[in-house]
Amino acid sequence: MMKAKAADFILYDQATGTYRIDPEQAVRDDVEKHHWLHVGRTVLKDWRLYLMLVPMLLVFLLWRYLPMYELLGCFKVGDPARVVPVNDQAFAGFSNFKLLLTGGNDMRMSYEFWQAMRNTFLLSFYGLCFGFPMPIILALFFNEVRSNAARSVLQVLTYIPKFMSTVVMTSLIIMLVKEGSTTGTGNELGGVISQLMVKLGMISRDTASTGLLREPAFFRTIYQVSGIWESAGYDSIVFFSAIIAISPTSYEAAQIDGANKWAQMRYVVLPSILSTVVIMLITRIGHLLMVGYEKVLLLYDVDNTLTTADVVSTFAYRNGGMGGGGESNPGLASAAEMMNNVVGMLLVIGANTIARKATNTSLY
Amino acid sequence: MKRKLEISELIFKIISYTLLIIFALCCLYPFLYAISSAISGEHAVEYGEIVLLPDFKSLQFEAFGDMFSNNDFWNSYSNTLFLTLYGTLWSMLTAILGAYALSKKRLLFRKSFNFFLVFTMWFSAGIVPQYLNYIATSSVFEAIGITDDKWLVVIAMGMAAMNIILLRNAFEGVPSEIEEAAIVDGATEMQVLTKVYIPMSKSTIATVALLFAISRWNGYFWARQMIDNPNEYPLQVFLRNQVENFQDGEFTQGWNRVYAPDSAIYALVVCSIIPILIIYPFIQKYFAKGVNVGGVKE
Repeated sequence: MMKAKAADFILYDQATGTYRIDPEQAVRDDVEKHHWLHVGRTVLKDWRLYLMLVPMLLVFLLWRYLPMYELLGCFKVGDPARVVPVNDQAFAGFSNFKLLLTGGNDMRMSYEFWQAMRNTFLLSFYGLCFGFPMPIILALFFNEVRSNAARSVLQVLTYIPKFMSTVVMTSLIIMLVKEGSTTGTGNELGGVISQLMVKLGMISRDTASTGLLREPAFFRTIYQVSGIWESAGYDSIVFFSAIIAISPTSYEAAQIDGANKWAQMRYVVLPSILSTVVIMLITRIGHLLMVGYEKVLLLYDVDNTLTTADVVSTFAYRNGGMGGGGESNPGLASAAEMMNNVVGMLLVIGANTIARKATNTSLY
Repeated sequence: MKRKLEISELIFKIISYTLLIIFALCCLYPFLYAISSAISGEHAVEYGEIVLLPDFKSLQFEAFGDMFSNNDFWNSYSNTLFLTLYGTLWSMLTAILGAYALSKKRLLFRKSFNFFLVFTMWFSAGIVPQYLNYIATSSVFEAIGITDDKWLVVIAMGMAAMNIILLRNAFEGVPSEIEEAAIVDGATEMQVLTKVYIPMSKSTIATVALLFAISRWNGYFWARQMIDNPNEYPLQVFLRNQVENFQDGEFTQGWNRVYAPDSAIYALVVCSIIPILIIYPFIQKYFAKGVNVGGVKE
């Protein structure tokens, strides 16, 4: 148990000018001294409170922590023909990891794994480069709209895509950039966005009629643009509330000193929202390896765009016996996810530590 | 000096308004396009003549009509309602009870319980171990007589540590004097929760309930993985299957209707977002609030 500092449990009573011991700390001290017997008694006396915790703890234990036990399958070799509980599998040491990292007798698997690792990193890295600044820019723009009604309307419109499901969003993307008609009846350029891009000279007619989602070169762009479309508006809320918290007198003082709009941005607005920006940036970096697999899974084309679209989760999905078809190797899939998630966790913890040091704010 | 100031401000204002309006229209455009395409005639849709407005010369509502007479559609709709209703209730029940206990300073091992939650935000087992675990649970569920996969989805999925932390922070903000007054008046633990804490953190509870409900309504992946019976597919799975059929060309074989196959998909998309769009104006203020109370804790 953690040792408490004296200041934590000695309370100063202002009315009488005396010190007294915090009753709650007394309970804690008591429990610490006599330990499990007293812990049991305290829990029994307060059993209603502890009973309330039970459903939540059970849900987390059964469906968040038991899978972590199942994850130990990464050290085992499963039966490719059927799904086997982790206890019944043969122990295989680090062979799954070795296969993924260095190839061994199956170079294709190792190649695909590294490709998925690279794509996972690149998808979030580009998201960081292009997706992160957008909400800040939007928030600065929203701040310029003086009429409250007009601003609310604009804001509400930009939040809408955030509440659409991934299926709706990806269905719309699929339809808007779908391939052209090959039978001669119908439009050979395909979806309305493809048509627009051909008119603007951004893509060739051939690319448009093949369908943008079949071209590996376009997957990342589609992923990022739709990501910005989906969440830039909603993510701007937090920056906008930092901006409106700036006191109007700061602007007035800057104006009297002769600051034009850019100088005001530079010396008033940016310093005021800097801590919010830093916290959000650090969080974003911490989540660098946590790519939403649902969107990738619904958008990628297994035959054509794996080179740019496949991420570690979808790699595991295909090789772990989910989604039916193909041979399944849960051990190998678990090993891939294990590596991705452990590195991801280290990133989150590192980011959180930096945030705490830099801004005195803990994210969790 | 004064004049220069006005010009730079004016320029920035014009840029802001223009780009904001363009962005807002971009956010709306796919939905408008979907509606227009769903009600336009076959020729206009097939030849890509729809840009924004529907083709008024060939308006048709058969795409919607056919969908409304499709039993699978209504089936999936009611399944989604079932999952959303029971899922939100179950998630809220566990989250409120747990968050209330966690907000109490007198709870022993409070730090450990908090860590137990937060750790799941840092490290997840990944989808394959989760899948294997769900399969194991579903066989346990079957052994105790729950053969309906829908209940597995309701009970096992959709819990989020973040939402519990949101609730816990709100409960911690309730002044302890009010609780003490209630206890002096003889309130039990449950009464303190229902009569003091819940009414005093109404807006956070509404926000969290909406977050749960939206994620249940939109949930696709695990419902697709765990529900075997096609009659129990929720709306999102039904929509995705239709899109896949469309992509495979299964849809278009022997097509002879007054509307294009695309229109059928667009009609389905429109129907799956209408409930959210209807309640959206009433709930959006809670979301804006929810994001600010966020997990950031001083």
